[in-house]
Amino acid sequence: MADLTCKELVELVTDYLEGSLSRRDRKRFEKHIDGCTNCREYVAQFRETIRLTGTLREQDISREAADELLRVFAAWKHGEA
Amino acid sequence: MGIALRSRRPDESALVASLRAGDERAFMHLVEEYTPGMRRLALTYVRTPALADEVVQEAWLGVLKGLDRFEGRSSLRTWIYTIVANVARTRAVREARSVPFSSLAPADAGDDEAAVDPDRFVAEGHWSRPIEPWRRVVDAEARGVIDAAIARLPPLQAQVIELRDIEGWSSEEVRNVLNISETNQRVLLHRARSKVRAALEEYLNDDG
Repeated sequence: MADLTCKELVELVTDYLEGSLSRRDRKRFEKHIDGCTNCREYVAQFRETIRLTGTLREQDISREAADELLRVFAAWKHGEA
Repeated sequence: MGIALRSRRPDESALVASLRAGDERAFMHLVEEYTPGMRRLALTYVRTPALADEVVQEAWLGVLKGLDRFEGRSSLRTWIYTIVANVARTRAVREARSVPFSSLAPADAGDDEAAVDPDRFVAEGHWSRPIEPWRRVVDAEARGVIDAAIARLPPLQAQVIELRDIEGWSSEEVRNVLNISETNQRVLLHRARSKVRAALEEYLNDDG
């Protein structure tokens, strides 16, 4: 069974993190990062990317937009929408 | 946010009943919970914040009008976001017709898109130069870089990363809302994450 190259590994990181690699490919993946500092750093950065993306906060709804939606709701409630 | 509501899933029928009965507080609770994310999703389809606001409003009206048809087979949020996606898609198509230089259909899942610039590897597939550790920044600084990177993604990639990594949804929910296969979902997510990582790398390795 051929070892993974770095170039191949970077294409498999999401599959690896999602647990969708076969047992065999998972082992090849883990064997590679055990022995490769660069790929280990790459995977760490990939995880950090996911963590940071998860901290993106959505803007709260504006007062005007909320008021507008309340009007939509009232109209719907009274069968006008 | 969304996750909290998901764990309250058993209460959704009560919530839906309140909405059907015209309970304004139940509606506003839902509006506050979902509107920000709906707006972000809408922005991956349409060009401007103003259009995204229109999409969101139209989607909420669609939700209210469709309430009687909601049977609880999917979660309420999956159902609501599906309406957003449909409204936004229709709107994007209409806008594309009126914009001559439309770039609406860039490759979303082309086969030749590499996660990392091929120049970074030597012929044998090893790194051509080391991966530099990132300098430390506050999260808020990185968020600006990520936001800009997501804005440059092809629409489907942006939609998948929005729902998976910002909203924290499961792949199954994302597939249902965007109507894509499991494999396609994973490919799109990987490309999106890879590009966001590359944008962060460019920013965080720049010591200047």
